[in-house]
Amino acid sequence: MAELPHPLSDEAFLDKLQQSAFDYFLEAANPANGLIADTTRDHAPASIAVVGFALSAYPVGVERGWMPRVDAAERTLVTLRFFWNSDQTERPEATGYKGFYYHFLDLKSGARVWRSELSIVDSALLLAGVLTARSYFTENTQNETEIRELADALYRRADWQWARTGKGTVCHGWKPECGFLNYEWQGYNEAFIVYVLGLGSPTHPLSESGYRAWTATYQWEHLYGCDFLYAGPLFIHQFSHAWIDFRGIQDRFMREKRSDYFENSRRATYIQREYALRNPHGFKDYGENCWGLTADDGPGAGTLSIAGREHRVFAYAARGVPYGPDDGTISGPAALGSLPFAPEIALPAVRHLYERYPEAARNYRLASSFNPTLSGSGPHGWLSEGYFGLDQGIVVLMIENYRSQLIWRLMRRCPPIGAGLRRAGFRGGWL
Amino acid sequence: MPPDKYSSGTIPHDDHDRELLDNVHPPTWRNPQPADKYTLVVLGAGTAGLVAAHAAAALGAKVAIIERNLLGGDSLNVGCVPSKTIIRTARLYAEMRNAENYGAQVPGDIRVDFPAVMERMRRVRARISRNDSARRLISAGVDVYFGEARFTGPNAVAVEGKTLRFKKALIATGARSVTPSVPGLVEAGYLTNENVFDLTDRPPCLLVIGGGPLGCELAQAFCRLGSKTIIAHDEPLFLPKEERDAAQLVSDAFARDGIEIRLNTTAVNVRVEGKQKLVDLVNDDNKSTVAVDEILTEIGRAPNVEGLNLEAAGVEYDAHIGIRVNDFLQTTNSRIYAAGDACLEHKFTHTADASARIAVQNALFLGRKKLSALTIPWCTYTDPEVAHVGLYARQAREKDIPVKTFTVPMHDVDRAIADGEEEGFVKIHVRESTDKILGATVVARHAGEMINEISLAIVSGIGLSTLARVIHAYPTQAGAIKMAADAYNRTRLTPARKWLSTRWLRW
Repeated sequence: MAELPHPLSDEAFLDKLQQSAFDYFLEAANPANGLIADTTRDHAPASIAVVGFALSAYPVGVERGWMPRVDAAERTLVTLRFFWNSDQTERPEATGYKGFYYHFLDLKSGARVWRSELSIVDSALLLAGVLTARSYFTENTQNETEIRELADALYRRADWQWARTGKGTVCHGWKPECGFLNYEWQGYNEAFIVYVLGLGSPTHPLSESGYRAWTATYQWEHLYGCDFLYAGPLFIHQFSHAWIDFRGIQDRFMREKRSDYFENSRRATYIQREYALRNPHGFKDYGENCWGLTADDGPGAGTLSIAGREHRVFAYAARGVPYGPDDGTISGPAALGSLPFAPEIALPAVRHLYERYPEAARNYRLASSFNPTLSGSGPHGWLSEGYFGLDQGIVVLMIENYRSQLIWRLMRRCPPIGAGLRRAGFRGGWL
Repeated sequence: MPPDKYSSGTIPHDDHDRELLDNVHPPTWRNPQPADKYTLVVLGAGTAGLVAAHAAAALGAKVAIIERNLLGGDSLNVGCVPSKTIIRTARLYAEMRNAENYGAQVPGDIRVDFPAVMERMRRVRARISRNDSARRLISAGVDVYFGEARFTGPNAVAVEGKTLRFKKALIATGARSVTPSVPGLVEAGYLTNENVFDLTDRPPCLLVIGGGPLGCELAQAFCRLGSKTIIAHDEPLFLPKEERDAAQLVSDAFARDGIEIRLNTTAVNVRVEGKQKLVDLVNDDNKSTVAVDEILTEIGRAPNVEGLNLEAAGVEYDAHIGIRVNDFLQTTNSRIYAAGDACLEHKFTHTADASARIAVQNALFLGRKKLSALTIPWCTYTDPEVAHVGLYARQAREKDIPVKTFTVPMHDVDRAIADGEEEGFVKIHVRESTDKILGATVVARHAGEMINEISLAIVSGIGLSTLARVIHAYPTQAGAIKMAADAYNRTRLTPARKWLSTRWLRW
């Protein structure tokens, strides 16, 4: 058990969690180019999505007193200069192409690694961070002026139209070796930010029909006594929402359903908890305060037998509710990522995690995941090794949105976000 | 054209196949002398042709039916009947291996006797073939002709040197497997549904190209019967017509069974080295080669429209779509109708059956029955099975119909838990704010049995609130449908109604 002679207040507890997550971006950064390692594991490359979270976290650090503003501006500027000056040719080892970037880059050189794909959604998460910086650094200093200019240039360079499929929806990605990948963003998923930024682009905008084609694949389901726009993994209900304040604004779909995407994420969070209470596969410890299935690290490929029933076990995978995959792996960052939507159940879940599985929150930093059903490195079963940048990013941003709505407020005054939402048919509320 | 097993001598294998042939293509058959004029001549004696011939004869029509190969068509000989028969044995083997899940002992020595599996299949097929036999047709008063049919004019067709004149005709010539255009495949040899059931030895390693219904069913069956099985499908998910969760559950089941899954993967070349077939596969920028003993392809079906001299009859057709028909199944020659796989998008046995009944009614009794009015369910017999009827949620949204789905995971259904068959769901789509059922998808061990209740509800105009009033025997897996209906009823308890109810009860 953690040594807590006097339990921290909620505010102090969240502050420690948030600062510890924030520190990841200082520890895992290459100060020379602003790139951030995907994980703390040896030889981890940089992830462009993690850089997007880092760029959004710096303003939080400034406002929380964890980082001087000039340092935050300097880090941001180094990052934006790197991407602006990066190789955008068709060479396989370039950093990006058509204003988008490869999913994984060499931390030092910034060149593409692992033959990774030119990732549209990860580029969108990066650009969301770029635009957060654009909204935050508004002073007329030389650095902050350059940040705004570079941010505009980076956003305007992304050729969303190039990334469209024949149906107007957006493709997952592209590789110089084989062209566009045979996937497209369909159904409710983390690509929301792709469509909003793509629709808001002043240079290469997506069409409204593409957004309609995407939302035509939505599934409005009544599950466990609750109506919601279905998506299995919890991160889908959180990632775009880290930047966009969906409270009270509705597109055509949500007007029809008399709901909004914020409320939807709240319901999705409750459904995750309900699933854990029902615990259909009998995994250890699932319950009222132990839930959260998302895209996260896992024990690795193999099988697990519970009462004679074989279950597949996965490495990093998008786990989801209610159809799985579910191998007994729980994500603490997933529960915390729902803090703004359902604090009354998210906070007790994180407190429970901290008290029951302290090894999964050493120094208040949350491991990607743990699995009490499987024996492993931790005293309470398998524990993900090291830390993942995406987890730390969602923790910093969602705690901040819960505490001050800083990121939401910054992005509410970001013109591309407003333009993109309006073109997607959003009305009402702060719009 | 499909291989003619009868003339090529690939069958009979044994007494079962001899019985099959005695029923569906008697070796000593002699075609009868044609009548002066037939009320109805049916081309093709698969499901659609047989149903039409029996229905018309029962109504008093003078009927002739022409078959070039085997009565019963694909469904009996090389489709539903043999595949479901071996799927049953494959399930049994899977259950034996999974005995511990049921608190039972796993048998010590699970050896698959593949020849015995196929022998059982032939026995079952021979028995079921009695329903489709020439004898039964004759006793119904139908003249049976074996041979290639060829129109000689708008109201006559020739077979084996004889001319059959008709008032009306029905084209029910079916469809055949499409051969993938993979270089080297034809030279290396490959299996389709038309010859895979002739196997008597289990292929040690099998590559299935195509993740549609038949490819998925047979990949799982052969894997469970002990073949090392690889399935390559050129899209991101199997069963591309089905909803993503259903396809994903099938994919999960395949992985549990040990099938090597290659999604988004295209076979680009085949070559033979020794006794093995080497197949080059491409997935995005990854290239690999697999060495297998057999290749089974299932990438689609093409209508049998060639060789019929349709031009002489004034019947328009398309090599890919098939015979052109209107909603009444009438071709461009008003005397000639079509039914089944030769003209339909949904190439299922039960659709062939239903379309044949419509065609007979419309052809002989000036009926105005419409194909579009049919409610057509279908099922892919993987484990779990995937069954669907009506609209998908996506189709409803594309038609601007506000849709809401009532979802019941099978792991919440008592009988599914008791059966250890918890994979899957019942999803029933209704028009938002009403109980009108638009469609449903069921993924469950016995989804094919369960979907019929929802089809009945749709055809009868029964909504979810009525289904909630239907007492379902407890415990059954179909109770999941009742649970979805009950969930609908609970949504009707609006805050105002609840307030009224509370007031009443306190009074």
